[in-house]
Amino acid sequence: MTFKGWRLPVLLILPQALITAVFFFWPAGQAIYQSAFIPDPFGLKSQFVGLGNFEYLFSDPYYLASFKTTAIFSILVTLVSMSVALWLALMADRIIKGSGTYRTFLIWPYAVAPAVAGVLWLFMFNPNVGIASWYLDQIGYDWNHKLNSGQAMWLVVLASSWGRISYNFLFFLAGLQAVPKSVIEAAAIDGAHFWRRFWTIVFPLLSPTTFFLLVVNIVYAFFETFGVIHTITSGGPQQSTTILVYKVFSDGFVGQDLGSSAAQSVVLLVVVGLLTVIQFKFIERRVHY
Amino acid sequence: MSTVTLNDVRKSYGRDEIIHGVDIDIADKEFIVVVGPSGCGKSTLLRMIAGLETISDGTISIDGRIVNDLEPMERNIAMVFQNYALYPHMSVFDNMAYSLKIAKMSKAEIRERVEKAATLLQLSDYLKRKPRELSGGQRQRVAMGRAIVRKPAVFLFDEPLSNLDAKLRVQMRLEIRKLQRELGVTSVYVTHDQVEAMTLGDRLMVLNGGHVEQFGTPIELYERPASRFVADFIGSPSMNMLSGTAGSGGVTLENGAFIASETRATGPVQLGIRPEHLVLNEGGPLVLEASMVEQLGSNTLVHGFLSGTRKALVASLQGVHSEDSIGPALQFDVPPAAQHIFDSDSGKRLDA
Repeated sequence: MTFKGWRLPVLLILPQALITAVFFFWPAGQAIYQSAFIPDPFGLKSQFVGLGNFEYLFSDPYYLASFKTTAIFSILVTLVSMSVALWLALMADRIIKGSGTYRTFLIWPYAVAPAVAGVLWLFMFNPNVGIASWYLDQIGYDWNHKLNSGQAMWLVVLASSWGRISYNFLFFLAGLQAVPKSVIEAAAIDGAHFWRRFWTIVFPLLSPTTFFLLVVNIVYAFFETFGVIHTITSGGPQQSTTILVYKVFSDGFVGQDLGSSAAQSVVLLVVVGLLTVIQFKFIERRVHY
Repeated sequence: MSTVTLNDVRKSYGRDEIIHGVDIDIADKEFIVVVGPSGCGKSTLLRMIAGLETISDGTISIDGRIVNDLEPMERNIAMVFQNYALYPHMSVFDNMAYSLKIAKMSKAEIRERVEKAATLLQLSDYLKRKPRELSGGQRQRVAMGRAIVRKPAVFLFDEPLSNLDAKLRVQMRLEIRKLQRELGVTSVYVTHDQVEAMTLGDRLMVLNGGHVEQFGTPIELYERPASRFVADFIGSPSMNMLSGTAGSGGVTLENGAFIASETRATGPVQLGIRPEHLVLNEGGPLVLEASMVEQLGSNTLVHGFLSGTRKALVASLQGVHSEDSIGPALQFDVPPAAQHIFDSDSGKRLDA
């Protein structure tokens, strides 16, 4: 339909436009603005430094290390949560009896808040009293994520992936059920066994789902894993689990360096924007809708 | 050389038996059509032969080898699905080559076989296209191509033409028949369309509620239907079915008309007569009260009722008859040779 005049259409899009402006454009604009200043510790006055905050950031080895940490962390979280979810969805798609119960149980972890999930994993892997670390000790593996940075990374990856598996599982299962049964049967008659059918027929047909989850999970790993990292490792040991988002928090709110924190937010904004563009440009071409 | 034998094949889901013992011997190169209304178990039967459904009881053999416990891929069959079941992300070439690649055939041989099939099916210009870029009839041909490149022992067709429009269906029907003759592959074809069944099959199996009603050549089924169900199912328009009482050299219909007959049956019967076998004759015993006329060109259908009742009756007259020339009541002879007498209760044919 078409409107006469401009008042009504503007009025109709106003709520959405306002929400976007107040909660997205204004803070983003503030971050960009603030990134050009260094405020004094009491917030009374600030000094204009231009790109000084950024120059300082990119010469800071800790910040550059955080980039690497974030890359490793996001790739691992995405890989673990998606592959486990796909495996579970494949199995759930095959069972007929009791599939409803099975699915419900698999969806539950999604309802657990990240910080709570973090605490649960922290208890299990507590080097002194954790049940998982006790078992690991029994088989002769020394677990102490408070000292060992590799173990710390694995623990936050597992805890972050755990809740995410449910979410991915739901989408993969829906995707699998959308693959026509007769196509699978045709492949079976053509001589393809289960895994061959999976790799040549099911997985390609699942690619829109996989692509969507890839984008969503990387964004998740970048931003929404703060709670898990904060409760389990607080970015340690020796900043080995300090991902970019965590560094924004620890430099800005703990270290009171608001200018650097704002500059980091801007960098993060650009990185995620770039990642999403790259994913849509290069991977989407290989997706069969 | 490929034969298919079904020996007392049954299928149950839990306690519900849905196929109640099917026995057939399919000869080499024979084209068998399984026909019946929806829900009669015909697709299930086909899927049991394919190995997509388990067999609850009885045995299925292909070339004398019992295949009950073999996977679909080990049965040397090819199947054409109702919705074609093409691999949407693969080109036409890859769709047809899929099974050959799995069989680890050489690239040259795959190319040769696919190209040969494509030529046969007039698909040579479309080998690089994806299924979504093809018309319904072309997709149907790709599905056929995928079946024939493998040179299987048996072709299975699961209502392959029901998604096509009427004209294309007639054309594809002829193509399938021609192809099957040329390749000489034993085939089982499932459909609910009696015209498809009559034109394609060497022999037809009429299935009703999981029971085999009749198994025979199309003409046998048309001329000597074994039950009311078959009589009703085969032929278009359907056979007229009139209830009456047999005795003393004929059948007395519910409106009192007496139709001379050769039947030796007595008591309540159903008298079947095909619309095209009614003979228009002034003074004939069967009176049709016409209510509607359908002009088909080659013949004219007169719909109406058996006089004095609300029992539907249809007559098919040869050639063109203008609506005006057909009076309110038409009188017909019912030649004894064209009569079919069925038992009122069991619906089985009662022979003269």
